Order: sequence, then C-alpha cells, then structure tokens
Amino acid sequence: MTETLKQKVLPVLTIVAAIGVIWYGFTVYLNAPWQIDQYEKSATEWSMNDLVRDTMAHDRPVLPAPHQVVVEIWKTTVQKKITSKRSLIYHSWITLSSTLLGFVMGTFTGMMLAIFIVENRAMDKSLMPWIITSQTVPILAIAPMIIVVLNAVGLSGLLPKALISTYLSFFPIAVGMVKGLRSPDPMLIDLMRTYNTSRWQLFFALRLPSSVPYLFTSMKIAIAISLVGAIVGELPTGAVAGLGARLLSGSYYGQTIQIWSALLTAATLAALLVIAVNIAAQITQRMMGVPK
Amino acid sequence: MTKSSSSSTVIKAEKLNLDFETNDGVVHALRDLDLEIEAGEFVSFIGPSGCGKTTFLRVIADLETPTAGSIAVNGQTPDQARLARAYGYVFQAPALLSWRTINRNISLPLEIMGLSRAEQQERVERTINLVGLDGFGGKFPWQLSGGMQQRASIARALAFDADLMLMDEPFGALDEIVRDHLNEQVLQLWKKTGKTICFVTHSIPEAVYLSTKIVVMSPRPGRITDVITSDLPDDRPLDIRETPKFLEIAQRVREGLREGHADE
Amino acid sequence: MTNLQKLLNAAATLCGFYALVTGIGALSPALLVAAGLVIAGGLRLSPVLAGAWPGAWSIVMRSQFDLLISFVAAGAVLAALHDGMAGAVWAIAIAAWLHGWLAVEKTIADDARSMGHNWVVSLGVPLFFGFWLLFFWEALTIGLGIPTVLLPPPSMIGARLVSSTAILMADFRQTFLKAVLAGYAIGCGSAVLVAILVDRNDFLRRGLLPIGNFISALPIIGVAPIMVMWFGFDWQSKAAVIVIMTFFPMMVNTLSGLSAASVMERDLLNTYAAGYWQSLFKLRLPAAMPFIFNALKINSTLALIGAIVAEFFGTPIVGIGFRISTEVGRMNLDMVWAEIAVAALAGSASYGALSLLERRVTFWHPSYRTE
Repeated sequence: MTETLKQKVLPVLTIVAAIGVIWYGFTVYLNAPWQIDQYEKSATEWSMNDLVRDTMAHDRPVLPAPHQVVVEIWKTTVQKKITSKRSLIYHSWITLSSTLLGFVMGTFTGMMLAIFIVENRAMDKSLMPWIITSQTVPILAIAPMIIVVLNAVGLSGLLPKALISTYLSFFPIAVGMVKGLRSPDPMLIDLMRTYNTSRWQLFFALRLPSSVPYLFTSMKIAIAISLVGAIVGELPTGAVAGLGARLLSGSYYGQTIQIWSALLTAATLAALLVIAVNIAAQITQRMMGVPK
Repeated sequence: MTKSSSSSTVIKAEKLNLDFETNDGVVHALRDLDLEIEAGEFVSFIGPSGCGKTTFLRVIADLETPTAGSIAVNGQTPDQARLARAYGYVFQAPALLSWRTINRNISLPLEIMGLSRAEQQERVERTINLVGLDGFGGKFPWQLSGGMQQRASIARALAFDADLMLMDEPFGALDEIVRDHLNEQVLQLWKKTGKTICFVTHSIPEAVYLSTKIVVMSPRPGRITDVITSDLPDDRPLDIRETPKFLEIAQRVREGLREGHADE
Repeated sequence: MTNLQKLLNAAATLCGFYALVTGIGALSPALLVAAGLVIAGGLRLSPVLAGAWPGAWSIVMRSQFDLLISFVAAGAVLAALHDGMAGAVWAIAIAAWLHGWLAVEKTIADDARSMGHNWVVSLGVPLFFGFWLLFFWEALTIGLGIPTVLLPPPSMIGARLVSSTAILMADFRQTFLKAVLAGYAIGCGSAVLVAILVDRNDFLRRGLLPIGNFISALPIIGVAPIMVMWFGFDWQSKAAVIVIMTFFPMMVNTLSGLSAASVMERDLLNTYAAGYWQSLFKLRLPAAMPFIFNALKINSTLALIGAIVAEFFGTPIVGIGFRISTEVGRMNLDMVWAEIAVAALAGSASYGALSLLERRVTFWHPSYRTE
C-alpha cells in the first residue's frame, strides 16, 4: 500500500503542486503590468510584497490566482441556492443532463452500428470508412449552427445539445465495440461452431461478453467527449444556462474569474463522470468474474 | 582473432551470490557460485527453471548485478567487459527489430560501435554467410520463419567479432528438426571461429551434443551441483547421440539433475 | 442468392409494382423504364427462367445488372425531383437503393471468396454508399420541400462551392494554412520533445502520465476565450488554442510509446553498450511510432475544431469559423454548408495523408504487414 502511494500518488501530487506554483507565478507576472500602471497613476509607493498581494486581488485579472477561482466556485455553489441562476450547481446540472442524454444515445447508436458492422460484411465495407470520415467533420465547430437550425425546426432545450454529444460519442463506442466483438479467439469461435451454435447464440454467448472490456474503455472516452459536446452546444448566443453559457457570458464581460471557475467545474465534472464509468466497469467485470 | 592477452581464463566467478527482493520475500537466484571457463571452451548450463542458469548468463553480460562475490570477464568487471564489447549475446527470442531488414539488424551493433559503412557491409556479408542466410538480407524479420530469425540473431551476435558468445536457450522455441539442424551449425561455427561459448539449455541431448563442459545447476537456491567435462571427439555427427559414450555422459547429467531435486 | 439477397430483391420488386400501379399515367418515360427494369429484376426470383435461358440468366444474376437498375432508377428519380414527389417516385427511389444494396451484397460475397486486396471493394463500396447518402439528402430536401434555410440540398451547396471559391479559399488560408498548421506543428512537436525529456525521469513520468491523460479528457476548448483575450483576434490566438488541445494527447501517447520497446530489445541494446541517444533513435523512437501516429491522427481533427471554435470568440473578418457564424446569422445556409464541406474535406484529406504516411513509416507493425 505504501508502495503504491510512493509509486503513484506522490508523483501526481508533486506535479499538481508544481502546476499550482507555476500558476501563481504567472498570475503575478501577467497581472503585474496593469497593477504597476495603477500604482504609477495614483503615485503610490509600492514594494514587491504589495505587488504580489495586489495582483492576486483583481476583479478582472488577466489570469486569476487559483485561490480566487476556488473562492468563486465556493461562492457560486455552497453559498447560492441551487435554483439560483448564478449557482454553478444549477448550470452544471443543465450541462450534465444533456451530457448524459447524449452519452446514452451515442452509446446505443454506437453499439447498434458495431453489431451491424460485425454481422454484415456489406455494412462493414460501406459504413466503416464513413464512420471515420464522420469525425473529420468538425462537428463541434458547427454545433452552434446545428443548435440554431434545430431550434428553428422546433427542437429546443436538451435534445439539440444532446445530439451533438451523441454525434461525438457514438464514434469511440462503435470503433471499440467492433474491435471487442471481433476479439474472441478464433479457436473459441471454431469450438462454438462444433456445437452447431446459431449465429445469434454465438453472438450472445461469446462475442458480446468478450466485447465488454472494450465497451467500457470506449465509454470512458465517450463520456468525456459527450461533456465537451454539451458545453460547446451551449455556446451559441441563445443559450442562457449551462457551463458553456457561463464561459460565453464570462468572455463577453471580461469576467475571467467566472470563465476559470466554469472551466474548473467542467474539469471536475469530467473527472467524476470518468470515475463513475470506471466504477461501473469494475462492478460489471466483477459480476462477470473477470479477475482484476 | 585477438585473444585476451594475460591469461586464457575468460570467465572466473568466486563465491558469486545474487538475491532478488520479491513480494514473497527474498529469492536466492545464485548461491556461492564458483566457476572458471577457459578460452575456446563450449560450456552448457543445464537445470530446471529457476536454477539461475539464465541469471548467471545475465550477470556475465552485466544485465544483472551480483549481490556478493566476484566475477571477472576477460580479467575485467562485467561492466568494463560490456563497454569493451567483449561478448555477443543471443536471447531466447530472436529480438530482431521489425522495422529493419535482416542486413540492417545484423549491422545494428556495428552502427552503435561506430564502424565505417564498408566495414559494416563486409562483416554483415561474412556473418550472414556463416549462418547460411545468403539472399535473405533484404527481407524483414517477420517475413522469415522462426528458425531463420534465430539464425539472423546469431549472425548479429557473431558480427561483433567478440571472442565470447553468450547464448540463452536460443533454440528453446523451435521444433526439434530445426533445432537439430541449428545445433550442427552452431558446432561448426564454434570449430571454425574458436570462440568461447556459454550456452543455456534445458535439453540434456542438446547440452551433451554441443559441449566440452556441462554445468549442472539446481534451484532454490540456484547453485552448481556438478561440472562434467565431456570427452566426446571434436567431430560430432548427429548420430553420435546413439553411441554408448554419449549416453553415458547424458546419464551423468540426468543423475546430477536428479540429485539437485532430491534435497527439496 | 442468399436469403437476404432474395429479400432485398423481392422488396425492390414490390416497390416497382407499387410505382407502376399508382403512377401509370403520371410517371415520366424515364421513371417508367426504371419501374420496368425493377420488375424485370424481380423475375429473377422465379427459378423457371434459369432453365429457359441459362446464358442470359447468368448475366442478369450478376451484381453489374443490379448496379445498372440502381443507377437508371436513381437517375430517373433525380430528373423528376423538381416536378413534385408522388408516392410512386418514392417507391422507385427506394427500389433503386435496394438494388444498390443488392449489388454491394453480391460484390462482397464474390470478394469474400477471393484472396488479396480488392480496390473495388475497399474504395468503390464506400464511395457508392456516399453516393446514396447524397442521393437521399437531395431527394428528401427537394422532394419534401424542406426550406433551404434549414437544410439546403447538396446540389445547391455544390453550386455555392463553385461560385464562391475565392471567399472559401481565403477562409481556408486563414483558418487552415495559418492557424491549424502552425498550432498543430508547435503542439505536436513540443509534446514529443517534452515527452522525451520527461521520459528520462521516472518520477516525472509517473506524475505526468495520469495528469496528461486526465487533461486530454477535459473540455480544453473552453480556454478559447482566454486565448483570444491573451493573443488577440488574429490566427495566433487560434494556434495557441490548438497547441494546448494537441499537446496532451501527443505527450501521453509518446510517453506510452517510448516504453513500448520490449525488455529483451532494451537488454540487447545494453549488451551493445549503446548510449542513451543511440537506443532512443535506433530502438525506442521507432518502436513509439505507432503511438505517435495515433496521436497525430486524433490531433488532426482536434486542431480543426479548435481553430473554428476559437474563431467564434473573435476574429478578423475572414476564416471558416467566422464565416459560419456570420452566415448562420444571415440564414445563408448554403454558404455555411460549403464551409463545412471545405473543413470536412481538409480534415479527411489530412487524416488520409497521415494514414498513408503511417503505413509507410510503420509498415513493419503487425496491422500493416504484407507477407
């Protein structure tokens, strides 16, 4: 146990601490020009100590100090009512719900495509190149337009954003699942053939269980990318709620602290989602008797 | 061929010990090993798995560091010997780089030593001919059979022109027919070049067929139980394996192996 | 014919009959010919004919015959699109598609029996699928009268691509040639260098690998507004976004790649007394190439997305992202789609070029080996 601590946790903590130190350094460095300018305008005497203290207390800093961001997150989560328009929990929930909806739809689409591709060679040959090409369309870049167009058709609210997430998340699922469904040892497939199993018996008894580890690996990528999709889907001017909308309004009004707090919240959300998938993976694999 | 100057002793191990720390406690991979190998000998190391035969080879090659005792290679420490490129090593698997052709795999150590292009080419041609792979130099490793790949890796070790060859179960993964053929070839190579060869194996016939000296080892702790000097003639056709003399030596090796197991 | 093939053929024939019965007086001559061909194709389901003319039978059973029916019917439908889409026309469109599917099924069944690489299958079949995608897009948008402000038909987008080449080129130059290429090169290049440096220190590697993995999963694109604030409106701020987006996937992949060489291969280099740089260039970097290419491919799409999204937060009045956001405002959806097509083309071309390069560089990898 102490060994894992030394081997895994300690290096990560060290790097995180180093990032914190560098961040503080840059906060001072980037905010200093404006602060010095202020000092000169008001003809105040200043020391290095004053400069360090004051650069970390700007309202709209070029780069806010980590503790300013943490304080802002504290203020907008714990100290605000969840229903408030300024509560980050409220905005996170909006983003989270469309992330999850998109993720579920994407996982379903990806699995279905993978099954078609593995079971039908014509599908494999026709679809596979297009599935790869589909990801070279910068969908995130046109997400705002898609949202606007879907709104015009009468689709509004959660679904348009979720569709962006679906488009992004079906890809890793489909690719990983195809790999997984094709992963059984040819010898095992031959063994099943000697039992005279039907195509679908083979599928459920062998292919599907073998694909589970691949599926979960893909789901980790898919859920992270779903979150990105949902956030970008909130960028168009119409959206008023969600982490993406916080980013946008922050950038309009130069509220850098607000931008960074939204970013940090999004990062936390991403971490929680990936951890959740990980836990689900472990439970499932334990139930299936896969040795850890 | 440049012989190591001062004496004809190539390897000298005294009270050599090597312990590994594992999760289940300390493993004594080598315990109090004493051994001398003279220039030009063909020495086989035989024993069940875990007896330390591969570990000993890796100590000679400076891939492992002993915990106690001393070992000298050509009168130097293994580290110095490695930096002086005193030996060629053949692994259990061919370990050929799959992005290089056979020719360029063989010239890899020569590139690292900084030899001239012309010299590299000359040595590659010579060694590829020695192992009978002429005409395959332009192929990639994965285009050749397992036996051919292992021959290429022997050629690579020969290209060094080191006087000492360390071979760690080089033919363990090959089928018996290929193995017989390669055994014959190794023997011929040894006679032709006069190199000192240390050869790890777990096959009794292979050890007896090839060696002038057979070192029998046993596990837990890894140690030497017997050293048998073979007096088979230098000229060894494959059917020497049916002669009474051969069987007698094989019998002694088998007994040595059994003794090692007896005290468990 | 297999059961699936028979089913496809029968379904197509039913569509043909439906078209003929409901539209006998209204259909154009071309559509009538198409319906006739479809029904003729259905005759193959009856085994009686096989005995009657064996020579003709073997010809009409081939995939080329289905392809012919499919293209004739599709052409007839496209020609009749603007005259309003009756149910009969839809039926022929569906029959055309079913025969296309049938042709692909047959081609692939033939291919499965033959050895070796078949360009018709690996290139022709996906292109054929793409054709059907465009066909139904065109048929549905025009046939159902979908307003062009929602979804313009491909023909209209194609016309736009041709007529606005100059603007599209300028946008492409700004977004792709300046921002994407610069950001991609700096991001990927610096990540490889950092990975090589980090790799020398085991402690740093252990610390950075999980963090890099985590950051790769984050919505980094959110830094776009900050970068625009820091680096201004021109392409430099977009390149900065791309640098951050591409850096971590590349660093993580290179780090794993550098430890991909087997223990035995490293021991081998050790027995040669090879120095650090020698084993880096002769063993570890070549062994890391499949990983590096994986990241290069992931990053090629990320870079394009980063540039376009960053342009939403402020740009000079040129660039793919700028054009998309302003033309959406003006409801010029054909222009928007033309930009998307340019971006998708650039993305696919980069991806394709990287795949070809990967094949050349990592030809030795088990997934590419040719005996």
